[in-house]
Amino acid sequence: MDRDALRISNLTGAAAAIASGVGRRDFLKICSLAAAAVGLPVSAAEKMAARAALPKKPSVIWLQFQECTGCTESLLRTSHPGAGELILDLISLDYHETLMAAAGHQAEKSLTEAIKENDGKFVLVVEGAIPVKDNGNFCRIGDRTALDMLKDVASHAGAIIAIGSCASWGGIPSADPNPTGASSAGDILKGKTVVTIPGCPANPYNLLGVVLQYATFGTLPELDAKARPKFAYSRVIHDDCPRRAHFDAGRFAQRYGDEGSRQGWCLYKMGCKGPRTHANCSLLHFGEVVGAWPIGIGAQCFGCTEKELAFRVPMFQTVEPEQLGPPGMYPSVNAKHGDVSPVATGIAGVAIGAAIGAGIVMSRKLGQQPPEKDGGEEK
Amino acid sequence: MSHATATPVGGKLTTPFFNLMALVALVGAVALVVRFGQGLGAASGMTDGYAWGIWIAIDVVVGTALGCGGYAMALMVYVANRGKYHPLVRPALLTGALGYSFAALSIVVDVGRYWGMWKIPTYVSWWNFDSALLEVALCVMTYVMVIWIEFSPSVLERWRASGTPGQRTFAESAGPKLDKALPWIIALGILLPTMHQSSLGTVMMLPYSKMHPLWFSPILPLLFLVNCLFLGYAAVIGETTVSTSGFGRRSDPRLLGSLAPVMGWLILFFLALRFGNLAMRGSLPAAFAANKYAAWFWLENLLLLVPGIVLLGKNARERASTQFGAAFAIMAGGVLYRFNTYILAYDPGPGWSYFPSVLEILVTAGFVAAQVMIYLFVVRRFPVLTSATPAPSR
Amino acid sequence: MTTITRRQLLQGAAVAGVAAATAAPATAEASAESEARGRQPGDLGLLYDSTLCIGCRACVTKCKQANELPVDALTINGAPYDAPNDLNATTKTVIQVATQGDRFAFVKRQCMQCLDPACVSACMIKAYQKGPGGVITYDQSRCLGDRYCQIACPFNVPKFQWSKAIPVMVKCEMCRHRKEGPACSEVCPRQAVISGKVTDLMAEARRRQAASPGKYLARIYGETEAGGTQCLYLSAADVPFETLGLPKLDATTQPHLSTSIQHGLYNKMIAPVALYAAIGFAVWKNTRGGEDEEKKP
Repeated sequence: MDRDALRISNLTGAAAAIASGVGRRDFLKICSLAAAAVGLPVSAAEKMAARAALPKKPSVIWLQFQECTGCTESLLRTSHPGAGELILDLISLDYHETLMAAAGHQAEKSLTEAIKENDGKFVLVVEGAIPVKDNGNFCRIGDRTALDMLKDVASHAGAIIAIGSCASWGGIPSADPNPTGASSAGDILKGKTVVTIPGCPANPYNLLGVVLQYATFGTLPELDAKARPKFAYSRVIHDDCPRRAHFDAGRFAQRYGDEGSRQGWCLYKMGCKGPRTHANCSLLHFGEVVGAWPIGIGAQCFGCTEKELAFRVPMFQTVEPEQLGPPGMYPSVNAKHGDVSPVATGIAGVAIGAAIGAGIVMSRKLGQQPPEKDGGEEK
Repeated sequence: MSHATATPVGGKLTTPFFNLMALVALVGAVALVVRFGQGLGAASGMTDGYAWGIWIAIDVVVGTALGCGGYAMALMVYVANRGKYHPLVRPALLTGALGYSFAALSIVVDVGRYWGMWKIPTYVSWWNFDSALLEVALCVMTYVMVIWIEFSPSVLERWRASGTPGQRTFAESAGPKLDKALPWIIALGILLPTMHQSSLGTVMMLPYSKMHPLWFSPILPLLFLVNCLFLGYAAVIGETTVSTSGFGRRSDPRLLGSLAPVMGWLILFFLALRFGNLAMRGSLPAAFAANKYAAWFWLENLLLLVPGIVLLGKNARERASTQFGAAFAIMAGGVLYRFNTYILAYDPGPGWSYFPSVLEILVTAGFVAAQVMIYLFVVRRFPVLTSATPAPSR
Repeated sequence: MTTITRRQLLQGAAVAGVAAATAAPATAEASAESEARGRQPGDLGLLYDSTLCIGCRACVTKCKQANELPVDALTINGAPYDAPNDLNATTKTVIQVATQGDRFAFVKRQCMQCLDPACVSACMIKAYQKGPGGVITYDQSRCLGDRYCQIACPFNVPKFQWSKAIPVMVKCEMCRHRKEGPACSEVCPRQAVISGKVTDLMAEARRRQAASPGKYLARIYGETEAGGTQCLYLSAADVPFETLGLPKLDATTQPHLSTSIQHGLYNKMIAPVALYAAIGFAVWKNTRGGEDEEKKP
């Protein structure tokens, strides 16, 4: 395909929408759905549409290194927005080795031009780990090592997002003994802000949320200590797990296919890493298929977003839940029991008071008697 | 020798006071219905933290001690051979018999599976000789019978004098047999309280890890025994004074007064034992802590010490008001000591507290009222009370 | 006709008092042989490791199921929960949390299966007895419901059914009715509570301590407390056992004071019989002869 064909993606939003047979109203709907799906405010939809209507849509350059392309594949399966709407209407995906039509020197040229035209403004998405051993020789693209390519492109980027566990912390290529020295994008690009979206694959809506926010508002979402967006990674699976009630009630599956397993009981005893894994898989299902995530199909979570867990801790080994503390209602060793009835206290007081009063009266009465004078009997 | 004889008081039973007691007893009976119908939880303030409440601590532990007048007087008259106290024996036995009978009744009310109680004296192979409570149970069961037998001469006397022909025949045949056996029955009536009153102290030695050091002591049995003795004498003074005054009779305060020094010395002995043992165990500093335990401790001891010293003085020998006031204070102090040992000093851990429920109080009050009613009935009909000078009929 | 003077009476009382006070320690040695059961090889128990417990309460749930105990109903925001906060008549084991600022630790409470149990010593007619495996068994056909066992237990374990018209005492009996053994250890997902022979549990506790130096308190709770128990506890190095609510107890058995007095005073009923003879003699002497009529009660 020639270069002009590529430029179709640079048509104005309205034109592109007409070109793809979608009216303005439907286009707004797409933007609303996209905004809602990634947690952006309602007002974002309008802004998104307006931005997309501008002659220039935000540019995204997507680099792929030591990866399986799973993150791209999962991105293709979104529907709010769908990959089509995303690529054609909302962003300008200027370089993506899997999705672009170009190949070879043409692809290289697209990359160089995109960088030149959007210097300092494009969003760089990194998929896959970057090997550093042997000078990064284990991954070469277009006769450049992944290491060099990343450093070069990143130096021109406006925002950098590492998608998937591989780019976020090393992923499966970095599993022991890590012969290639697979590293995360953040390790390579020290000193730069690299938003990480771990997961294997990452949930595509987490990426979309970050990209669309940046594209529309020019800002990045709030990040945690591992540069993960808090809107998706602040809670552990355990906190939102649909099987949590079973955990709380002590109902555990002991092995695949047993009674507990069939009843959908908690998989903690089988080594579910949910209690330590930060992700939102239970809330945003993959591919919009309800229950299409590990615990949903009855397999224990293996902690794919967490460097300390995935590909490190054995599948069936239980982990200690990461918890802020037991809930306030949890029985304490110093639990309070029971109350004293005020009525009872009153009655007791009256009774004792009456007895003491009677005693005093008696004593006084006796005191008023003259002492006995006649002789009694004694020894 | 003694010229005084016991005579029935006579007179109308249903005085306003008696009727008031009847009302209280009736209310207590209704409360009992709740207890047996709905269980102990609904009827009492006892909880998992405080599994024993006033039905044990007051009705049994205090009730039997106040009923130790019979024991204390038996010691004085039949062992120490002080015949002059003889007039005090019958009323003391009656109070004791009532106290113990209602204590036994309170146990039936308090235990959860009362229908099995008959097994205690009969299933000998089940007996656990480690348990102080077994000793208390067997002894009290026996003593209730013994003390009524000890009291029975009063009944037989009446039946012989003015009973129905059947009663007269029975009294005339049973009387001599009873007389022969009486020394051994009286001796039993002295042995048994010695055993179980001290065991009531031993009972609270088992949970020693939960007991406050100001009440827990390795000599608890001895302390409880001495305590029941002076409480017995105090109860005799109290009840003799009230009933003779209540019936318009005159009593010789010098008779009661001569008991005073006995009580005084017993109290001093008790306090010496208590404080001495506390000091020996190094627990005396707890008495000076700024908390409720120290406060109750001193209240108990002062309610004993002050009247105890007064009783050693001259006034107590001659003045009825001093005797009564002292006896009243001693009863309060001695009762408090027992109650506190069972309830206040027992600490099941944080978060627990106990106060009797309304129903619990009503049952206890009802039992006390019933005892008063029966006492009044018996002394009016049977020769129990004596008087130094004959009283105008009232 | 000898009479006993007041002086003699008081002297006698003093002597009796001293005798009673000294009888206890003197007979303590005598009864020591009879009381010390010590650890037996077949003793069964539990080992609870507070550092592994996550407070999931699977053990509490399973225990209720295995023992057919009803729920402790608690309604929170309109939703029903089974939420016992302590051992009670419907709860034979419970998990509680101890908090020290941000630091929290869990503790499991159940019958400690003492070597020399206070409840066994307390019960008048042996409704509680130490049975096979050293497990303390309950016989409700003997129980009177007087709750002395509840008063006596240093751990406040036996619980009375306050709400029943026909009540019994309730406590863990190590699931002796279950062929699989204790339900709590079976269901625990973290091996925080395990069951078995006490000798094996003790070895496992030592092994865990040795494998993680500095993680645990050096002491194993229950090794000597109250004379030794069959349920043992491990705690984190910065969480003392008292913080977990486990009472501070020395190595003396709970019943030893009370038992030594009972055995000392009533040993073979020698003292009571002798006393009775003495009193009987005195009373008989004082009541015979002409003073009979006046002295009679």
